[in-house]
Amino acid sequence: MNARQEILARIRRAVAGAPEVEIPRGYRTHVTLEDPVGRFAERVGDYRAVVHVVPAAEVPGRLAELVAGRRMAAPEGLPWLEAVRGAAAELILDGPGLSVAELDRVDGVVTGCAVAVAETGTIVLDERQGRRALTLVPDYHLCVVQAAQIVASVPEALARLTPTSPLTWVSGPSATSDIELDRVEGVHGPRTLEVVISA
Amino acid sequence: MRVALFVTCVNDTLFPGTGRAVVSLLRRLGCEVDFPLAQTCCGQMHLNTGYREEAVRLARRFAGVFAGYDAVVAPSGSCAAMVREQYPRLIGRDFPAVHDLSEFLIDVLEVEDVGAYFPHRVTYHPTCHSLRGLHLGDRPTRLLRKVRGLELVPLPGAEECCGFGGTFAVKNPAVSAAMCADKVRNVLGTGAEVLCAADNSCLMHIGGTLRRQRTGVRVMHLAEILEATE
Amino acid sequence: MSATFLGMPGNLSKNTDFPKNAAKAVQNSQLRFNLRKATHTIRGKRAAVVSELPDWQDLRAAGRAIKDHTLRHLDRYLLQLEEAVTARGGHVHWARDAAEANRIVTDLVKATGEREVVKVKSMATQEIGLNEHLAAHGITAYETDLAELIVQLGHDFPSHILVPAIHRNRAEIREIFLREMPGAPEGLTDEPRALAEAARLHLRERFLKAKVAVSGANFMIAETGTMVVLESEGNGRMCLSLPETLISVVGIEKLLPAWHDLEVFLQLLPRSSTGERMNPYTSMWTGSVEGQDFHLVLLDNGRTRVLADEVGRQALRCIRCSACLNVCPVYERAGGHAYGSVYPGPIGAILTPQLRGMGSELDASLPYASSLCGACYEVCPVAIDIPQVLVDLRAKAPHGLAERAGMRAAWWLFAREGRLAAAQRLAARLRRLIPRRLPGPLGAWTDTRDVPDIPRQSFRDWWKESGS
Repeated sequence: MNARQEILARIRRAVAGAPEVEIPRGYRTHVTLEDPVGRFAERVGDYRAVVHVVPAAEVPGRLAELVAGRRMAAPEGLPWLEAVRGAAAELILDGPGLSVAELDRVDGVVTGCAVAVAETGTIVLDERQGRRALTLVPDYHLCVVQAAQIVASVPEALARLTPTSPLTWVSGPSATSDIELDRVEGVHGPRTLEVVISA
Repeated sequence: MRVALFVTCVNDTLFPGTGRAVVSLLRRLGCEVDFPLAQTCCGQMHLNTGYREEAVRLARRFAGVFAGYDAVVAPSGSCAAMVREQYPRLIGRDFPAVHDLSEFLIDVLEVEDVGAYFPHRVTYHPTCHSLRGLHLGDRPTRLLRKVRGLELVPLPGAEECCGFGGTFAVKNPAVSAAMCADKVRNVLGTGAEVLCAADNSCLMHIGGTLRRQRTGVRVMHLAEILEATE
Repeated sequence: MSATFLGMPGNLSKNTDFPKNAAKAVQNSQLRFNLRKATHTIRGKRAAVVSELPDWQDLRAAGRAIKDHTLRHLDRYLLQLEEAVTARGGHVHWARDAAEANRIVTDLVKATGEREVVKVKSMATQEIGLNEHLAAHGITAYETDLAELIVQLGHDFPSHILVPAIHRNRAEIREIFLREMPGAPEGLTDEPRALAEAARLHLRERFLKAKVAVSGANFMIAETGTMVVLESEGNGRMCLSLPETLISVVGIEKLLPAWHDLEVFLQLLPRSSTGERMNPYTSMWTGSVEGQDFHLVLLDNGRTRVLADEVGRQALRCIRCSACLNVCPVYERAGGHAYGSVYPGPIGAILTPQLRGMGSELDASLPYASSLCGACYEVCPVAIDIPQVLVDLRAKAPHGLAERAGMRAAWWLFAREGRLAAAQRLAARLRRLIPRRLPGPLGAWTDTRDVPDIPRQSFRDWWKESGS
């Protein structure tokens, strides 16, 4: 028997006669929030990320202010590309030719998101926000979240996502509590997370 | 109401005063108390030390001795939890309901003020099996608050184990003593004269340490305080 | 029972047992202080974020049932997972034990021609002793999680599932960095921020150059073939997304049936573990993505043996959150090393003896490393009844002759009320002769505590005389 067959046989022997289990799903799969945008902003803020809530029309302007003079990277197809391009010192677009070394030289990255979770202050990135390295290597991540992308709870977020796309769930800047459980923001991932909520 | 007292082997042998206090208290509250003489031990020590067969035989004996009583009262959260939580696994469902003293007073007799008088500063330690096994909640402290003259002071870190744990105290003496040292520090910090609990086994452990350290703090079972009158 | 390797060197587990290890640990005031501070901090954080969710007990019940259901049909779900991972270009390997898993990983690394791998914190690879095995084959494994780095640089052993360096304080960590970290900044202070920054600089080049990474996983989804890794620092993302080859070693019990089952566990795990609403980063990938070569090594290493035990199998629900360690009064005083396994604390006390058997003195003493206070069961997000499993394991553990005789004698006394009554009367007559220090194993009691006074009369004698 090869390892696969043997492990499967061991499992079948071990569980023979074990009872079937019903799964009670009494937990909340849908949560109604009075102010999802406000809750999301508050919870992202709790992670010591910088949060801006601005009307949709003012998003390009705010992005321009934030990236002014910085060397930025962005995924192709970002709706606010023109505003960023106009203000940034330099703009590099994600693509197969973009090396990690080049990414390491930019100041920051600007992306949108796939979905955001109000209760946990989480942003989820999928392949439309570029390859995973894009939002990882630069030290500054500027993320635009549109109000319609904000859901209240984790179950609602999962329902909106496509599992086969690589996903990164981001809740605040990178952090560690490995030293005396004292939380320190900024380790290997972007040390600064700035979120612009388009309300 | 006719109730059977399960006094527990520890109380029977080492702390008969607690058993006498339960009898006196329940009679004062109008109960007829019986003590089936064939009772010995619920089997907790054997089960928790890894002697399951012996525990099963003691559990069967217990079920036989107390069969037919409407209510069994035990002045021990730990032994009551043993019966309620472990007996179904050991001997099935055929055994009488056992109440810890404070459950019996509050849930069955529906009394909080038992007419006691105890003019001392007291702190209460909710033993693990009372707290997380039986979920006694605030029943014991509700009873204590109604005792005239008694000043109840909260115990910091109350929900933490004192380190007794039955044979744990002798199998892991270093950790047991370290846990007790922290419990004793918290007790002394309250300035209480009396440490009260619903389990004499934990009190024997904490009290033995308090006495060894010549702290002057007494330990008393809840029943003994509730029984006290002017 | 064949021996299962659990990633702790033999010298830690020979000729010793938990009580002896713990007795040494409680003397270490620095360790006691560090552990107390850390565990109490995280207890408070956990309690706060758990109380925020009104449906916590519902999530817990669902988490428990999803795991039990998965384990009941583990064969079917593993095959489904294999098919899904393979369909998306991943490679699935099966390992019966540590040796087989180590061989598979080593061969995969050798095939890339690389001599270095970066690692994401993983209990499974610690369990099988992968780093040591790779080293023996000329391959260097670099731990990238900050706490794992502290442990690795300090030539130390992990003492906590989530925070492996919990036994070290900032001053000790600074010393380790100054001594062992090439290029540690001069004038490094013991501020956590400065120490984390030093680790960032130390590892950054390594991440950007790495060609091969080794990880574990928190969850695997059978339905979709998706792997899930939760982390905080971003070292996980670095390892999972930058290298050309990724090898994940995952215990077979880490499986969940469906994508939407994550809605339960992504709420249970972060809140139980770091006491956060959500951990900073969670990575999910399915098969080979962005051109990466992906290998999944499914690890048994004793798990099927645990699965065969009706009571003990609930230990396989464990999602390695560490909540049980953080509330355990025994762990808080004894520290993680006393357990002699990569799995310390209450979960270790039930997992290690089941995975490894109870052949050694240490492993046979682990089921007794608990006062059965029940705090672990109360916080466990998948409701593992740890006290119940401990009691069940105690019934299976070997017992010493003297203890057996004592327990047998106690049972004999309790078997007839007349015997008990006679013993009580004898004790009452000898009450003045009880020494202040008891002999034999009971001396452990009187080392720190007085014995209670033996009463003149037992309760039953009082009852017969004047009670009834």
